[in-house]
Formats: sequence, C-alpha cells, structure tokens
Amino acid sequence: MLNRIQSPVIYNAVDFDLQLPQLQSHTLDNGVPVHYLPLGEQDVMQVELVFYAGNWYEQKNMVAAATNFLLKNGTSTKTAFEINEHFDFYGAYLNRNCYSETATLTLHCLSKHLSVLLPVMAELVQDATMPADELAIYQQNQQQRLTVNLKKCDFVANRYIDAYLYGKQHPYGIYADAADYAAITQADVQAFYQQYYQQGHCMIMVAGKLPADVLTQLNDVFGKLPLKAGSPSIVNHTIQPAEEKKYRVVNDEAGVQGAIRMARHFPTRTHPDFKGVQILNNIFGGYFGSRLMTNIREDKGYTYGIHSYLQNNLHDSAWMISTEAGRDVCEATIAEVYKEMELLRNEPVDAEELDLVRNYMMGTLLGDLDGPFQMIARWKNYILHGLDEHYFNDSIHTIRTITPEALQTLANKYLQPNDFYELIVV
Amino acid sequence: MIQYEQFTLDNGLRVLVHEDASTPMAVVNVMYDVGAKDENPQKTGFAHLFEHLMFGGSINIPDYDEPLQRAGGENNAYTTNDLTNYYCQLPAQNIETAFWLESDRMLSLAFSKKSLDVQRKVVCEEFKEHYINKPYGNVWHLMRGLAYTTHPYKWMTIGQELSHVENATLEDVKAFFFKHYRPINAVLVVAGNVKTEQIKQLAAKWFGPIPMGEKYERNLPAEPIQTAARVLDYEANVPLDALVKTWHIDSRLSQGYYIADLITEVMGGGGSSRLFQRLVKERRLFSNLDCYHFGSVDNGLLAIDGKLVAGVTMDAAEAAVNEEIEQLLQEGISEQELQKTINRTESVMAFEDMAVMSRANSLAFYELLGNAALMNNEFKKYQAVTAADIKQYSQQIFRKENSNTLRYHSKAN
Repeated sequence: MLNRIQSPVIYNAVDFDLQLPQLQSHTLDNGVPVHYLPLGEQDVMQVELVFYAGNWYEQKNMVAAATNFLLKNGTSTKTAFEINEHFDFYGAYLNRNCYSETATLTLHCLSKHLSVLLPVMAELVQDATMPADELAIYQQNQQQRLTVNLKKCDFVANRYIDAYLYGKQHPYGIYADAADYAAITQADVQAFYQQYYQQGHCMIMVAGKLPADVLTQLNDVFGKLPLKAGSPSIVNHTIQPAEEKKYRVVNDEAGVQGAIRMARHFPTRTHPDFKGVQILNNIFGGYFGSRLMTNIREDKGYTYGIHSYLQNNLHDSAWMISTEAGRDVCEATIAEVYKEMELLRNEPVDAEELDLVRNYMMGTLLGDLDGPFQMIARWKNYILHGLDEHYFNDSIHTIRTITPEALQTLANKYLQPNDFYELIVV
Repeated sequence: MIQYEQFTLDNGLRVLVHEDASTPMAVVNVMYDVGAKDENPQKTGFAHLFEHLMFGGSINIPDYDEPLQRAGGENNAYTTNDLTNYYCQLPAQNIETAFWLESDRMLSLAFSKKSLDVQRKVVCEEFKEHYINKPYGNVWHLMRGLAYTTHPYKWMTIGQELSHVENATLEDVKAFFFKHYRPINAVLVVAGNVKTEQIKQLAAKWFGPIPMGEKYERNLPAEPIQTAARVLDYEANVPLDALVKTWHIDSRLSQGYYIADLITEVMGGGGSSRLFQRLVKERRLFSNLDCYHFGSVDNGLLAIDGKLVAGVTMDAAEAAVNEEIEQLLQEGISEQELQKTINRTESVMAFEDMAVMSRANSLAFYELLGNAALMNNEFKKYQAVTAADIKQYSQQIFRKENSNTLRYHSKAN
C-alpha cells in the first residue's frame, strides 16, 4: 500500500555542490573589458553594454533616462524607424535601461545574426543624434504615461518611500513630475550622450552560445572607439532622509485598496551583515512560505501578496516591505507586520523552519543559475559591487551554517519598528 | 526540435517526458483541461478561485508548499479562459517529492473551509488590485461583454463580478474538483534532468492508483457570426481617452490563427511595426498603440489598443486606425515585411525554448490541444504563410460588421 502521508526521501539541497561558472574576461584594444560566459544549448546570445550613465551622473532631473531612451532614435545616417527595422528584421531585441549608477544597451539575438547587428549597435554608441522631434515625442508620451501612473496607489507609494529614505534631491529618491520632462532640452541630452556614452566608461557583458570569433568581432566593432574602462571620477551624493516616519496619503478618494510600504535604511551588499539578513529576510517576507505571507495572506486574506526585500543599490540601500491590501485592513496589516518583527526579535527561528529556508534558498539558487543570461546578470551585479565568486561561495556558506541565534541577533539589530518608515497610499 | 517520450496510464492520464541533462533541475507540469470558459455563467471566476484552493491542502498532505520548499522547489499556477496549469521546478534528485504532492492533490483535496474562506478574500483582493483599483482595469471586462454575446469567453478569468467569487460554497468546490480534476482530463509533463524509465515508474506509482474519472465533454455554445459593428462609449475617471478595437479571428489550430498572429506582428510587433511608426511616431495621435491577440483555443479576438494623445479626438484617432487597416486591405504587405515577421517569430520561439519550464508548459499545451507533436510543427506553419494569405485574411477579418469598438472616455475631457 502506497504511503501518501509520508513524504519521499528529500535530499538536502543544502548539500548540493553549487558552483558559479567562472566568468571569462578579455580586454579590447581601447582597454574596455569584455566579460563573457560561453554557455547554453539554444543558438541565442546576449551582448550588453554597461555604461556609467545612470541618473547618479546627471545635472538635471531625467536627463540620464531621456538620453538612454533616445540612443536608438536616430543617427546621422539612420532614422529611428530604420534602426528599429534593422533589429526587428533579424528578430533581435535591442533594449535600453537606465538605472541609478549605470545605464545599458542590451542586444538579444540569434547567434547567427550577430555580425550584422553589432556594427549598428556601435553606431548608436558613437553617432546617435538625439533628434529634437524624437525628444518631443518622448516628452509627450512620458508625460502621458505619468498621468496614468499617478492614478495608481502602488506607483505613488514607490515614489514617496524612496524620497523619504534618501531625500528627493538624491538620485535614489528623486522622481519626475511633468515639468521635469518638459524641461529637458536637446542640448542636455546631447551633452550627456557625449560625456557618458560616446566617450563614456563602459564594460561589455556577453553570454550564450557564442560565435567562435566573438572576441574579434567585438574588438573590430568597439575596440577602436573612444570608450574607457573603469568608472568615472567619484561623484558624491548625500542622502537626506525625512525626519517624519509615518505617512498616510489619499491619492484616490474612491480607492478600494491601499499600497503599503515600510522601509528602513540598510547597508549595501558588501556589508558583513548582508548575507545573514538575506536569510532573515527570506524567513520574514522573502518567499511564498514566509511569515508575512503565511500570516497576512494565507491566514487573514488581507492581500493578494506581501513581500519584503533588500534593495540592491551600490551606495546606500534599504530593507523594504511592500503590499497592496484592502483599504479597511491597511492599518491591521501594518500591525501584523510589526508583530512578525517582534516574534523574530523575541524568539529564535525553530530548526525545522530554518532547515526549510536553507533548502529552499539553495534550490532556488540552483534554479536561478539555470541559463547563461541569468548567470551573467549575477556576475554583472557582483562586478558593479566590486565582488567576485568569493561572495557567491560565502553566501552559500552562510545559508548552510547560520544559526537561529545569529538570526535573532540580526533581527534585534535591524527589525526595530522605530527605524522603519511607514506609508499607506490609498 | 523538442524531443520527448509519451505514454498513457491506465486511468487515462497522458504523460510526456522531455529529457534535458544540461540542467540540474526537473520540472513537473500538470495541466488540467478546464478554464474559465467551462464555468457556470452564474458562478464565474470559479476556475481561478479553485486554482488557489489547490494550495490549501490535499487529502493526505496538509500543506503543499512547505514540503516542496523543503525539497528546494518553487511552484506556481495560472488559469486562463481555456485551461489551468500547475508547475513546479526543483532539484532533479528530489523529483519524487513533486510526484507525491501533485498526485495527492489530483487524488483529492482536503476541502478545507478555512482555505475557502481565506482564498475568497485573497482572490477578491486580487480582483481589486488588478481590475478595480487601477485605471482602465475594466477594459477587458467591457470588451469581452461587447464582443461575445454567447460564448463563455464573454467573461474574464477573474470573474464577471466580485459577488460570484464571494458566494462560492464548499459544495461548488467539491463538484468542480470531481468533474474536472481527474486523470482523464489532465496532462502531466516532466522535463529536465530525468530519465523516461524513471518517470514511467514514478507516474505508475503515484498517479496510477487515482480513479480515472469521467471524460469532460465540452459542449460550449458557439458564438454566432457577428453581423453588425458594435460600439460602446464608456466614461471613467481616467486621465486619457483610450481606444480598443477587436475583430473575431479563427481558433488556435486553424490556419487563420497563424495568419492572424503574423498580422499582429506586422501591425504592432516592435518599434518598426506599422501602427507604432505611423500613428505614434509620425502622426502623434497615440502615446502607445499595440496590436495583439490572446492565443485563445476557441475563436478568439485580434485587438488594437492604445491611449490617445491629449487633445486628439476619439473620431480622429479611430479614423487613423481605420486608414491603416484600409491600407493593409488594399495593398497587403511586402515580401520584406513578411520575412521580418517570420524572422521575429523564429526568434521568439528560440528564446521561449531556452527555459526548460517553458518547454514543459508548451508540450502540455499542445498535448491538451490534441497532440504534443504540434509543437515541433509550429514554425513550419508560420513559414507557409504568404503575403497573399495575409492580405486575404485581413480582408476577411477586418470587416466593419466583424468589429467591436470600445471608446473609453476620460471624464476630465
């Protein structure tokens, strides 16, 4: 008779031998580093140009984002349409993203098409013209999008909580109003482009099933350009946290839900407590079986989902709790979050729960490492933080060995209600 | 080309195995042949609510998630108008834990009242978060109601109204389970670092003893052919006017589906697509404009959907969309455009197939459609489409009397 009560033998994921594939590196003639992982079964690949061109470096709000957006909207020989047509024709995706410190231009393509796509990518990096009419369309459409987003409680809450944490003048806390978009000029984006892209600091991340001559191709296309290695000279921004900690905002009188954000300052990934708190965070609100989910969703039904996470900033960072809950249960939700903090401070995590979280984290790490694009993304994050494979190995060591006492100590150090900003936007 | 082995248990459960030794993980995917279209019109949203209840404990196992997480696994599920799919990924060494968990909840749920009480609330919050407390959140509620008079695609997966979810009873839950969640109505796909022989044994051991159940014979009312254009003017507290137009297209396995898919690429795929280039960039009538479809199993809808630039009238925006369609009907597409859409399709498929989870999901879907082997023929079907097919099919679907138009007005304007 089949025993359906008893689970089959579960092999501890904790015991698995997890290795981060070693990143390979190469330097182009101009000194620009190429980091690459030749892995994968499908004939697809990724080339990402990472520039130090995030809003950390802008003098005027939204100029970094606008410049990044306009990279593919025209060169001296090609219109935006022709550029799109070129990448679309080969079934390739050329995306750009602007972050706080960095901004990227990322190509995903079938490996067989790389040689016809790379030269146009280089053209965008050297010869983008940032046409005035393209800027005008961008401004108009961003303003329109903003008016829609400002109706959403979660969007508004995300803006406010970062502004409380870092100050609205800080690159991490700043957000855009319609007037900020309107104030961007063509001269602004062209100057930013010249300094931070054309002659900017850059690294190239490559992964997937790579053509045999990929390094030659990259050198031919990017190796002669006036790009630089390393990061620009240091720019300092000082955070200016809000003094008031508790906020209640009504954005929509008719709203049926509130967006709740609770956050405290927390050190960056390089701090010795970071790895341990990642485990504490998992227990607290980091996965489906977390304390917050179990209590606030699965027991009380206040929300469709509640999560906590550590922000991944390079300079200053934070620990965040985020959920959308029924309007009438928002205050009760916050009270429950504090109760869960209290429990973690007052009682050691029991061995069974910790064991589960260790296995869960190892298993998901194994799953996250499935595929070249995921692996290169992890490496990129390490490089930007000045870390290497030791960090990965130490993280695994911490997952395997951290004690309930150590977690309780961390909870007492960091899960203190007085340190948390608290916001509800209805 | 995706390789797989296939066998059927005595209780009718179809099992597919896709071996991939390049990953340390295994994926177990169980797809049930039931979606929102199978719901009672008075009890909509039930298939999706039920998906939540599948995590509320089964007959022998009080909690699904905990043992899976202990085994280093992760899982999720989704419900569409056509089907319900459950999938988990875990280190391949622990695959038997997934068999234990999935087979027990196919055997029987615990039918816990507490789980029903809580998940009704959770789903109501999901309903609010995505469809009520969000600008334009009811667009597809309105559009489905307009485009379908008869076929159950007329309601959304989340349900027609909150009260349907709020009123669900434990009796409803039990009846639904034993009608739809039987081996004969399901497909099991196992993929990743596994061996077919091993899966044959595990499947027989864990799923073999479950009673077959009755084959669910779907007998849905067909949507009558639309004979007159439908227009709905709607006003809401949103900042911008929006325009959504749809046209009925053919079912998932018909040739028309593949042509329609390529038409959405021509009109709305990527930065060089016609609608984006002409109406967002050149004429600046819309701030965004998309063209897409839902991949519906039964006769579906092709949609064009965008927000108007402030100051542009609804009539002008709609006229501009109609001009683009008219041009497609008159002139068709160039060979270069056709090649581009086919290249893009090839690329989409290659990227989709990267993840073993996505491969498992696709195999289950095609098996549910009738034959997993269809998966490997998909690209050929796209390659067979000609520019003439696109022109001809465009003329067939983009007829005024086949159209539904939602003019979503901002109260502020």
